Amino acid sequence: MPALDELEKAYFALGKDRDFKREIDLLLKTYVGRPTPLYFAKRLTDYLGGARIYLKREDLAHTGAHKINNALGQALLAKKMGKKRLIAETGAGQHGVATATGAALCGLECEIYMGSDDIVRQSLNVFRMRLLGANVVEVAIGSRTLKDAINEAMRDWTTNVRSTHYVLGTVFGPHPFPLIVRDFQSVIGREARKQVLDVEGRLPDYLIACIGGGSNAMGLFHHFIGDEKVKMIGVEAGGRGIVPGEHAARFAGGSLGVLQGTKSFLLQDDDGNILGTHSVSAGLDYAAVGPEHALLRDSGRARYTFATDDEALSAFELLSKTEGIIPALESSHALAEAVKLVPGLPKDNVVIVNLSGRGDKDVQQVARIKGIEL
Amino acid sequence: MSRIGKKFRDIVKRGGKAFIPYIMAGDPDLGRTVELVRILEDCGADIIELGVPFSDPLADGPTIQKAAQRALSGGVTLHKVIDLVADLRKHSQVPFVLMTYYNPIFKYGEERFVHDASEAGVDGIIVPDLPPDEAGPILSFSRKADLDIIFLVAPTSTEERIRRVSKASRGFIYYVSITGITGSKLSMDSSISSHVSKIRSMSGKPVAVGFGISTPEEASEVARFADGVIVGSAIVKRASDPDASFREYLLSLRKAIS
Repeated sequence: MPALDELEKAYFALGKDRDFKREIDLLLKTYVGRPTPLYFAKRLTDYLGGARIYLKREDLAHTGAHKINNALGQALLAKKMGKKRLIAETGAGQHGVATATGAALCGLECEIYMGSDDIVRQSLNVFRMRLLGANVVEVAIGSRTLKDAINEAMRDWTTNVRSTHYVLGTVFGPHPFPLIVRDFQSVIGREARKQVLDVEGRLPDYLIACIGGGSNAMGLFHHFIGDEKVKMIGVEAGGRGIVPGEHAARFAGGSLGVLQGTKSFLLQDDDGNILGTHSVSAGLDYAAVGPEHALLRDSGRARYTFATDDEALSAFELLSKTEGIIPALESSHALAEAVKLVPGLPKDNVVIVNLSGRGDKDVQQVARIKGIEL
Repeated sequence: MSRIGKKFRDIVKRGGKAFIPYIMAGDPDLGRTVELVRILEDCGADIIELGVPFSDPLADGPTIQKAAQRALSGGVTLHKVIDLVADLRKHSQVPFVLMTYYNPIFKYGEERFVHDASEAGVDGIIVPDLPPDEAGPILSFSRKADLDIIFLVAPTSTEERIRRVSKASRGFIYYVSITGITGSKLSMDSSISSHVSKIRSMSGKPVAVGFGISTPEEASEVARFADGVIVGSAIVKRASDPDASFREYLLSLRKAIS
């Protein structure tokens, strides 16, 4: 609790600090490569034969995913707080890579916790983190995925709280994390809103984003929440189907609970123990969802659905072939929903899909699934 | 006054210190827990802390994490631990404290949990992931049922936080000796004793110290300034084989905490 109080105080103080804001904005522009483009996917639009599809190209941000927006912000925050060391959890490895990058940029030590199952399926990112000077710690307990990596990172933080900042990678965990991460990610929606107004002269009809913890979705949604005509859809991982242990669709198969300092929807058994999850994408393979998504769901402001492994894999191939863009398996879940939704929409509708990351990291795993030896 | 309150009053009267051992309920099965509770009582435990297994024990180190996994794979749940206490209560007057994470209580239903636990003879609960700030409803249920909620104070806690914890905590206050998780290495320095006396003077309640205490020497050192000493991981590690040396170890702790 004292660490959270300290973090909240520091964050609110820096939020008012113009120099801090200028420093972040400059890095977002010159280092991350923002604004990322809003790309009109003409061939995908023609193929699906419905609404006009735009892709928000977070895959083009430095390190290949939206995760850098938050990791860089928190790394700078940590440096201002006088911390010497960053720790983080990672599932797909993108947040780990982004945090290792932020640590290198700020001259901080870095340790990344990663479940042993994820280390196997994302070996490329493990090597990238090591190249960036981070130490990757294998977490071999529990379900050996993202949830357990968060547990270990929290245990580390409790132990080394005086010297260390925990860069939580998603809109989850105890306050003020969901707020901080949403704020740093909201640059996605702020840009997208301006970009779509520039090119279409109006707001979009739909926003679609995938949801693990939910940071890329919160980042896209945040600046549109007041625009009630803009419908927002979050896509969870349906895995092999909505059967306990076979998916990570918290809204479809979960119930209210408290995990890792957050009250939200959880996949849990009748006794309150957290269930195992499965998704083809390591970044969505998580038993809980950010609390603000639970709020948006309860208020009806956003709708939540899921895509299965197979649907995500076909969307992965479809975008690669129609647009020459290999999407992350996480983002492929958002694309899979577009594939289902768009053909039924009028041609003058506008849909923005958050392409939260690029798929280079997933190429080996997709080859493995298809039984192809590289 | 609760069983825990009475126990501390008696201990103070005789000028002693409380020995509070922790074991994981249902590790590896509930039969073993019954046997261990008897041994702990024989060896002079003043209060017994029973861990409730949880899938994601954030405050625990590897020893208790593994114990929880063994108990969970044997199908042990919060319901079963409460039933176990009801059975134990038929033969024992030792105060029982459950250490459980919050989600099992939330799922059980706070009001029903407090009712069932106190009916069964549970005297107190420790919920490491529930700060007093978030404990409003369960605090009011537990006061009516005379179930003590014991909150934790960390070495990094500010005075404001100590005040808040002191106000909410019943039975005793749990001072976490280190920044870290259960079973970590204890580093004895003067700050522990000064923190403990500060908390005691601010709260007027007994302060027990836990996390990282494993040897009789450490226990004796802590007992010089604390009202109670909690030993968890070191006992859990040895409890898998409760032979004569296990009893000797417990007796040496008991002797050290006086």
